[in-house]
Amino acid sequence: VFKRFVEIGRVAFISFGPHAGKLVAIVDVIDQNRALVDGPCSGVRRQAMPFKCMQLTDFVLKFPHSARQKCVRLAWEKENINAKWSATRWAKKIEAREKKAKMTDFDRYKVMKAKRMRNRIIKHEMKKLQKLASKKGKKPGKPVKKAPKGKKPEKAPKAKKPEKAPAPKAQKAQK
Amino acid sequence: MAGEKAPEKKPAEKKPAKKKAGEKKPAEQKPSQKAAGDKKKRVKKYHASRNPVLARGIGRYSRSAMYARKALYKRKYTAPETKIEKKKKEMPRATIIKPVGGDKNGGSRVVKIRKMPRYYPTEDVPRKLLSHGKKPFCEHKRRLRASITPGTVLILLTGRHRGKRVVFLKQLDTGLLLVTGPLAVNRVPLRRAHQKFVIATSTKVDLTGVKIPKHLTDSYFKKKRLRKPKHQEGEIFDTEKEKYELTEQRKVDQKAVDSQILARIKKVPQLRGYLRSTFSLSNGVYPHKLVF
Repeated sequence: VFKRFVEIGRVAFISFGPHAGKLVAIVDVIDQNRALVDGPCSGVRRQAMPFKCMQLTDFVLKFPHSARQKCVRLAWEKENINAKWSATRWAKKIEAREKKAKMTDFDRYKVMKAKRMRNRIIKHEMKKLQKLASKKGKKPGKPVKKAPKGKKPEKAPKAKKPEKAPAPKAQKAQK
Repeated sequence: MAGEKAPEKKPAEKKPAKKKAGEKKPAEQKPSQKAAGDKKKRVKKYHASRNPVLARGIGRYSRSAMYARKALYKRKYTAPETKIEKKKKEMPRATIIKPVGGDKNGGSRVVKIRKMPRYYPTEDVPRKLLSHGKKPFCEHKRRLRASITPGTVLILLTGRHRGKRVVFLKQLDTGLLLVTGPLAVNRVPLRRAHQKFVIATSTKVDLTGVKIPKHLTDSYFKKKRLRKPKHQEGEIFDTEKEKYELTEQRKVDQKAVDSQILARIKKVPQLRGYLRSTFSLSNGVYPHKLVF
């Protein structure tokens, strides 16, 4: 049922407070509500922090309890937590949300155009397959129509902001 | 007073009289020349005080009696007329002669330039208290938001072009913003917009080297109103021009400005389409959360 536990070395993400958005490692447990926490590679000083503002991640480091900051830093860098974190979907979603909030009016227009073009392409292909299927459906043996949909790249809508701009432009140029 | 200068040289007191008399003489004429220049310059001999002293500071005769005793009625001098006074004497023209036209054509009549008032109010207007810092509109300080610079894309919020995205050119003297579509892109001509009713986006078109004609001022854009109420009450409202007529001048100016701007718009990808689109809100879109 529970997969992530509070333990020494668990890397946690701080969701609110002055250090919101940073990663820390749990160094020791103080009492039921607080932990001694340290984030040498993310700019968080060693301090007590309530569990409520921490959200546990999948990463666990190996160091003994109450280890000093140097040890925590070594373990952190050995595991290369920063790189692993930015590769997770969690971090990517956060980044996408931030980008979306920072979109200017012009960007919103570009995204709208890109989305529209993408949807047109998808719809076009769908219609083609549906036509095929309806034709073949009259004959015995229905072929699978769902497969080609996987062809369309499943990109997160916000990472599209810089990427889709060249993609639809290429299509526009072709037109 | 220049006239009083000569008799005043004769002081009221005895002691300084002798002194001053003694001083004056060498200043005016040397005693050696007295005999020679006798006819030309009469030597001024000063009389002693004609007002005997009763007590210190109090004379026997009054001011008016002294006037008579000193014969000041005979001695009135005026300063020579200065240039300023001569100029002041030139009176402005009071009347003007105008030719008579109309019915009694031909002759001329004399007309006063400054006429007497035809109405005197029964109560005078009370004097207004002094105030400071109340400036007329033409002297107001014009401000411009820092986010609005030449080339900024603005979103118009009011008027017939609401929702349209438009390029900002410059701020005019009254504080209104001069703005253009450009016309070929979204049918917004060279027009004025109010700063308050505009959203400034962070998108900017590079307008370096773009020359905007100097004659595009507020008076160029101001609505014209004809002032000829010669007819009766019923017809006044008909002649107010509601129809806006497009002049050749406007077309020429529009072309001159737009040709420069369109070239720059084409350089930025998708900007032309952006300017053609309109701004609108939909569900879940909150202006205070949008970054423009």
